[in-house]
Parts: sequence; C-alpha cells; structure tokens
Amino acid sequence: MAKPKVALYWCASCGGCEEAVVDLAEDILKVVEAVDIIFWPVAMDFKKADVEGMADGEIAVSFINGAIRTEEQGEMVKLLRRKSGLVVAFGSCAHLGGIPGLANFWNRETIFERVYKGVPTMDNPEGVLPQTRTAVAGKELTIPEFWDTVHTLDQVIPVDYYLPGCAPPPDLIMNAITAILEGKLPEKGAVLAPDKSLCDTCPLADSKPEKLSLKEVKRPYEVILDPEKCFLAQGVICLGPATRSGCGERCINACMPCRGCFGPTKGARDQGARSLSFVASLLGIEEEEKMTDEEVEKLIDQIPDPAGLFYMYSLPSSLLRRRIMK
Amino acid sequence: MNEPTIVSFLCNWCSYEGADKAGNARLEYPANIRPIRVMCSGRVDTELVLQAFREGASGVLILGCHPGDCHYKKGNYKTRRRMLLLRKALAQFGVEPERVKVDWVAAGEGERFAKVANEMAETIRELGPLRLPLSG
Ligand code: SF4
Ligand code: SF4
Ligand code: FES
Repeated sequence: MAKPKVALYWCASCGGCEEAVVDLAEDILKVVEAVDIIFWPVAMDFKKADVEGMADGEIAVSFINGAIRTEEQGEMVKLLRRKSGLVVAFGSCAHLGGIPGLANFWNRETIFERVYKGVPTMDNPEGVLPQTRTAVAGKELTIPEFWDTVHTLDQVIPVDYYLPGCAPPPDLIMNAITAILEGKLPEKGAVLAPDKSLCDTCPLADSKPEKLSLKEVKRPYEVILDPEKCFLAQGVICLGPATRSGCGERCINACMPCRGCFGPTKGARDQGARSLSFVASLLGIEEEEKMTDEEVEKLIDQIPDPAGLFYMYSLPSSLLRRRIMK
Repeated sequence: MNEPTIVSFLCNWCSYEGADKAGNARLEYPANIRPIRVMCSGRVDTELVLQAFREGASGVLILGCHPGDCHYKKGNYKTRRRMLLLRKALAQFGVEPERVKVDWVAAGEGERFAKVANEMAETIRELGPLRLPLSG
C-alpha cells in the first residue's frame, strides 16, 4: 500500500515550528517510515508546481504553521487545502495568530514606516518602501502583497485540527501523527491537547492558595521568583488559569509565568478576555469594599500593557481581531 | 434616524427592577438601549461585552446594585474592576473606553435608571457608531 502523503508548510512564524519537527529526533525516522513527505520547503526541494500537479485530496494531511499575513501565504494555504484530506493548524501562530499577530495593533503603513524608515539602523534616504510591482531594467518585478491584518489559519481556509503551542511539544506532535495514521482522531475542529487548564497540571499548583488576591502586580523582572511557589501567589501575573495544559509546563519549570501560548480551554471564545477577567477579579480582593475607583485604577496601572499581555498569542483570533486605525 | 445600539446588562435584583420602575412610571429613556437581564452584574464577563461589540453594539452599559447591596455580596466590585481593566485594554484597540460604562441602580431608582441610560445614550451619540474592522 502506498504511504500516506504529508506536506509541511511555513507561513508567518519564527521557524520554531519547523524546529519542533526536527526536535522529534529519532522519532522522525518512524514518521518518515510511515508517511511520504511530499512537500516541506524548509528541508526538501519540492516546488509549488509539484503540489499543483497533485490530484485534489491526494495529500493525506498538511501541517501548516504560521499566521497568514501575505498574499503568498493566502495562496499557498488555499492550494494545500484543496490538495489535502486534512489540514492541521500547527502551533500558536496558525492556531490563534501567535506573536506575529501582535502586528494587528498596527497596519501595513505604520509597520512599513517603522521598519523601512523609523528604526535607527535603517539607511533609506529615499524612503523606499516595498511595492508589489517594481520596474527594473525594462522588466517588472513582483512580490506578494503584505496585508494590513494578520489572520489565523482558520480565518483563511477551513481547518480540521489544531496542534497548539509555541512551538507544539514533540509528544503532542507524535500523538497527533499516530492518531492520524491509526484513524483515531477526535471530532473535527478539536485541539489535539488535553482539555484542562495549565493550573490543573502545574507542579506549583499545591502552593496556589484557595483564596488568591493580588495586592500589587509585579512584572517578572522586578522580582526574584521563588521557583517552588505559584507565581500568582507571588504577585506576578501567570495566565495558567485561563490557558490549556499540554505544554509540559515549560515556562513554569524555567521559572517564568505562563503567557498563554497553548490558547484557551474548550468553550472560550476570546482567550484575552478570559485572562483579563480572571486577573481583574483577583486584584485587591481583600480591600475591595473600601477601594475607590481611583484606587482600583492605580492597581490597574500596574499592568502597563493589558491588551499586549492578555492577547500575547491570540490577538487575531480575538473578538475584536485588531486595532481600529484612525 | 437609527441610533447606535447600546446593550445594557441589568442585574436581576436591583437594576432590572429599577428599569422596570422607570418603565411603569413612563419615564423617558432611549429606545436604542437593549436590556439583558443577568443574575448579577458580576456575571458580565469581558467576553460578553466584546461579543456585544462584535455583534453590532456601539456601547455597553452594565448596571448593578449599589456597593454593599449586591445580592451575591461582591459581584459588583468584581465587575467594576473588570470593566476598568477592560476599558484600558479597549483604548489599545482604538475603541473609546467610554463605550463601556458601569453604574449602580437600586430597585426603587426608576429615575436614576432613566438618567444613567440617557447619559449613556448621549455619550454614544457623540462618539457615533462603533465600526469594527473585519466584521461580516
Ligand atoms: S497560576 Fe501559574 S504558577 Fe500558579 S498554579 Fe497556575 S500555572 Fe502554576
Ligand atoms: S507555560 Fe504557557 S506560555 Fe509557556 S509553553 Fe506552556 S502554555 Fe505556553
Ligand atoms: S446582584 Fe445586583 S450586582 Fe450582584
């Protein structure tokens, strides 16, 4: 029997998701034994035309990482969608928008101004900005359009499954591949990770007090964190309560609070809103009856960038999706 | 003229009664206010407010019992903190923070309800409709 065909593709992401595949280490050999990788631009020399030449649905599964923010990415994922039985959104950026999604606080114009003119290391006296079409020596050069807005993968094409994380850990990748090969997949649309909150599996959970209160909010660089004690109990915001488990508590074990890369648990429509709600409900609880609005605002001012913090990995998937540019 | 919609979450025990009083007393309050009854103002999650905006609201007015009077003791304090923090985040999204307002209306305060509702309607009229990008 012919082996199932698999494609891997890289859109707007840092490359860590490609690295995550390599991090499968020896397990990658098992994968290669079981499937035929027919398209993986970062590692193998197949071209777009090879994909175009395939029959619709001929690829068993495409793993697509990265958010979608250029015309080229939009075109490639539509092509892969047509040629694939299953599409898996691989990693935080494809799933929720990820770190590149924070660009939705700006738009093309403001990003270009900054990157090609504003930054101190830029030497661009003529103020040249990227153009989709440029005439050079009587010929026309084209580059794909850079969009105003970063999209999640499922805002551009239908997605069958999601592998969360920045980047997804090897055990979840292997579980997903095994489930696909054995035809033991959950219902369509599922996130291939446990539906529990990070606090449920966190090694510091025992030190998380029943009644939490944030009297003041400290940022990680302002304190030396006790690695054995729940970070929220130390006054540092950790998004564990509103984040899905499955990462292996990577940040926690490195003595850093969770920033939510696994996305929310099932049922949450807006991860940032959920995080904001739980943090607000903990702020100054024991004094809440005595506090004036001004005192509450003072506490809130200790969170200098709430939108950036609570939507660190999920801005494009949020209900508001982007900033309104004036 | 079509006034921009304001969704108003009213807690069951105080503010909904207050709104009812206003209605019974035939006090004028704006027709573009869409009341939604919730058990407590503390039930109003940030997600609900954003959902209201996503589905076309231009303002969200959350009314609960006066401080100290919440039927569940502290729901109104929680909602006050949440909405203050949300307002700060909304500004980062380019959405005017005044589009979200929290206030207190007791069961007997029909007039206060009408006043708060009219003020909110005025604020939203001045701001104009909220036009979220990428809707629909
Ligand atoms: S808040 Fe963070 S540190 Fe505390 S138990 Fe949850 S995940 Fe662990
Ligand atoms: S602790 Fe949070 S931010 Fe860190 S890897 Fe896990 S889910 Fe992602
Ligand atoms: S019951 Fe009215 S605010 Fe809680």
